[in-house]
Amino acid sequence: MEFGPHLMLASLEGAVVAAVLALTAMGLSIVFGVMRVVNVAHGEFYMLGAVLAWFVTSAIGGHPALGFVAALVIAPLLVGVIAAAADTFILKHIKYDPDRTIVATIGLLYIFQQGTLMTFGPDARPVEAPFNHRLALPWIENGENGLQMFWPWGLSITSYKLFVIAAAVVVLMGLWALITRTKIGLIMRATQQDSETAQAFGIPVGRVYSLVFGLGAALAALGAVLVVPIQQAHYLMGGEPLLLAFIVVIIGGLGSLPGTVVAAVLIGMSDGIISVFFSPMVAKIIATLFVTMILIWRPQGLFGKVIR
Amino acid sequence: MKITKTNMTRRTALKGFGAGVGTLAATGLLPGTMGFAQAQSSAPIKIGFQKHATGVGSSYGRWYNATTQAAVKRINDDGGINGRPVEVVIEDDGTDPKRGAEVLEKFENQHKVDVAFGTLFSHVVIGSAPRAAELKLPYFVVSEGHHVASGMLNRYTLQPGITDVKSQVQSMAPFVANNLGKKVAMIYPDFAFGHDHRDFFGDAIAAQGGEVIAKIAIPPSETSFTKYFPQIPRDTDVVYHVMVGPAVLTFVKELGEFFGPSRPEIFGFIDSIEAVDIKSPGLEFLEGTYFWEGNPRHAQANNSSFDTNFRAAVGVDDRGASLADSKDVSTYAHMFGCWETLNVIKAGMETSGYQGSADRQKLIEAVEAMTDMPHSDDHPQGAKRFNGKTHQVFGSQYISKVTDGNLVVEHTALIEDGLYEDEVDYTTQSF
Amino acid sequence: MTLFSKPNLLHIGVLLGLIVLYFVLPPYHSGNLSRIMVLAIYAMGYNVLFGYTGLLSLGHAMFFAAGMYGFGLAVNLGGVPLPIAFILGIASAGLLAAVVGSLALRTTGVAFMIVTLMFAQTAYLVVLYFGEYTRGDEGFVVQQVQRTFAGVDLTTDTARYVTALVLFAICFLALARLVKTPFGKTLVAIRENEERARMLGYDTKVHKLKAIIISGLVAGVGGAAYAMLFGYVGATFATVQYSILPLLWVLLGGAGTTVGPLIGVFFMFYLIDFSSSVTTAYLLVVGIVLVLLTMFAPKGICGELRRRVFPWLP
Repeated sequence: MEFGPHLMLASLEGAVVAAVLALTAMGLSIVFGVMRVVNVAHGEFYMLGAVLAWFVTSAIGGHPALGFVAALVIAPLLVGVIAAAADTFILKHIKYDPDRTIVATIGLLYIFQQGTLMTFGPDARPVEAPFNHRLALPWIENGENGLQMFWPWGLSITSYKLFVIAAAVVVLMGLWALITRTKIGLIMRATQQDSETAQAFGIPVGRVYSLVFGLGAALAALGAVLVVPIQQAHYLMGGEPLLLAFIVVIIGGLGSLPGTVVAAVLIGMSDGIISVFFSPMVAKIIATLFVTMILIWRPQGLFGKVIR
Repeated sequence: MKITKTNMTRRTALKGFGAGVGTLAATGLLPGTMGFAQAQSSAPIKIGFQKHATGVGSSYGRWYNATTQAAVKRINDDGGINGRPVEVVIEDDGTDPKRGAEVLEKFENQHKVDVAFGTLFSHVVIGSAPRAAELKLPYFVVSEGHHVASGMLNRYTLQPGITDVKSQVQSMAPFVANNLGKKVAMIYPDFAFGHDHRDFFGDAIAAQGGEVIAKIAIPPSETSFTKYFPQIPRDTDVVYHVMVGPAVLTFVKELGEFFGPSRPEIFGFIDSIEAVDIKSPGLEFLEGTYFWEGNPRHAQANNSSFDTNFRAAVGVDDRGASLADSKDVSTYAHMFGCWETLNVIKAGMETSGYQGSADRQKLIEAVEAMTDMPHSDDHPQGAKRFNGKTHQVFGSQYISKVTDGNLVVEHTALIEDGLYEDEVDYTTQSF
Repeated sequence: MTLFSKPNLLHIGVLLGLIVLYFVLPPYHSGNLSRIMVLAIYAMGYNVLFGYTGLLSLGHAMFFAAGMYGFGLAVNLGGVPLPIAFILGIASAGLLAAVVGSLALRTTGVAFMIVTLMFAQTAYLVVLYFGEYTRGDEGFVVQQVQRTFAGVDLTTDTARYVTALVLFAICFLALARLVKTPFGKTLVAIRENEERARMLGYDTKVHKLKAIIISGLVAGVGGAAYAMLFGYVGATFATVQYSILPLLWVLLGGAGTTVGPLIGVFFMFYLIDFSSSVTTAYLLVVGIVLVLLTMFAPKGICGELRRRVFPWLP
């Protein structure tokens, strides 16, 4: 494929990755920012979202759109509840101590993975998209008659992938509104800034933490429900998203939600675009080193505040 | 404060120690005391099954287990091996080479099995094989990897039930070059398994006058593939694909979405859709494409009774899906390897008069002496020829075309098409 | 500190215990113990950086793998004699630790965690990239015939156990000595409060760099020993899970204790072994145990013992 269309294709695919990554990373960023804990099981909440989506869509027959919409509502809700329960019974007990949280969430990771293996099974199972049409995309080139559109071979996107991008944007905007314009958002931001003072003002910090933890998990699950018609639900699918989400949150800057979005777009798009220029393995190595170097020279991330 | 001194002599100490150990032994918690006496004529023959119960190999592990249980049941219904029943001991290796080696130690030293068997993923095989040789434990793998025949492993490791990737790939080249096209774009996973495909097929198609014009290596654990497809050159005759892992369905779907209505010929290895229903949404474009099949998933019109019996025993229907759930498609192209390997173990034990672990070397020599294995209930995938020197078996390969949603065999490559020069002679190595 | 102080007696006792166990245990468990001792070397290396210096690295698998590949490639491709290959393995790990450390130590806390993780990821990808020599994820075998030292075949049970024990003992005693030196105590000071250590005039940067090099070296010993005694080198050992394992081992056994890493490896190994004989869902059991342990015994086994019963525990 010629360079121009290839780049466009890689960019579109990268945008889909970035969209899902933004949701997942946002969930982690909120938890990290407000509660200051490293949740190693975050990827498993993502996985649970996909698996629950499969259960819901299998249970609801008929047109795939019905099951999908139901899954979009039910799966994040359920995962949020599970996460809030984990916070109440486990994380509170260990008082959010950093090391202990890491071990506890690793334990949760094993529990969720094995539990899913025992119920859902080892296979990767597909979920049908509510709609999916192949859209051939045009490209403009300078032909004999001036600028013309033509349809390069292979340059296409599916309608569902475009939907994913749009949906992620909508959700992020809704989240932004929630955090900046509502009382709950205000409480969350207050707790993030200074939890002791917030408590002095009568904010039930414990309950806020559970809410935030649940919200973070629900966002990851939502990202997974959106992506599962493109990929499949598999009990090991949480590993990569966990890694990527962490990188995004750190690069974007701890405690900075806009930073997370920017970093997600950067990282989601770069993987695809770099692979246009280099062989995939080299592209991955370059991308990884690039991220590392950013962190070394700017440890607070792109938008984070320097801690003196 | 008075300190009482107990009168502890060595005798009382040893007695107490012995009593303690005895009590523990009676509860069965001490290892080794639970074992039954060896070489009793009715004591079962124990086969240690190294199963990928968790990890990336778990979908295969599940079907490997189903086939193993069915094969052992058949053997036991038939009177067992040398009049003794067969017992399968399962351990999960987590599809991890470190755990795989630990599991072999468990088989040998704790479960006291006679042989170990059943591994699929190459890195687990290679990680475990050294231990098998050190433990002097016969290790029958069902892996498709070329590692056995390459000479990397040892005299205790054998692969008598499934063909290896070099032979499979080599047998495909004539059909591809003569029927589909000479300019091939290859898409494969960027690790050892994929590299084997790249290297072996590259040689084989060149021998047919063809050429690999693009080699697209996909990094491991990749979940979205569309961005790689633009590297397929416009003048490709045939796209050759083989993909493994949980993302195979995404891979095939996106391949179809990329090409849309105008696609070149496509030749894939059934690995790309193992355990995936060919009627899944998004796979309609596979109509008219070709697949290598290790064992035809859909029962053919002229199906042998051996295949029919095999399906009934394992519990799959005519489309290779579970009888209990027609959406639950099996790993049909690989799992026959377990069935056939167990039958080879049985034949080897009977020929060598195997009684116990002292006879392991005789067992291996008996298997090394095997050559032709006819198409039968013991070998339902097809006739086989075993090469005792390289410890690798050779068999038929099938090429199917997707026709009206069914995989219809169009060409059967014979054993001879897949033969290649010996790269090792394990029989010259000492035990 | 006298020769017969309680910590010294404990260390000697542990080593003597390991010697005695070889004769007492059935072959299955003595085989396991060889493996546990080698992995404990890895854990002890990790403990230097995490337990004593307080730096959480998520990339130690790269040091373990460096030791493993340094040794394996030297023997297989270079035809180098065994002891030299072993040293090459350790040296590779040390060199990698120096390079990575000098870059990664510009960050702290969570950023350090991610940077080490990213370096480890890069190392893994590089191993795969040079698959022509490394055989990538499939890995390669170091043949039995190559694993002999001074005429002794290292693949027999006895030789394996003795080698593992000797290597373990050297690292164990050396590190136990190290943490008593002023250098070791400075590391602890850095862990407790780096600002204060710096204000008191200690060059924390150099200390941290030395700590990571020592940590990487010891991890490399573990990797080279693993390849030498078990005959397999593969990229699986460079994946993230092999960076998480030493963290788990050290946290479970007791971070910042000398015996903790060994106990941690031992505990995890037998937890998995025991629960897999009881149920196929053994990871579930492990997960539950981890959660319970961190809720009720957060300092790890030895850490809790030190806190509650034996305050002199080193």
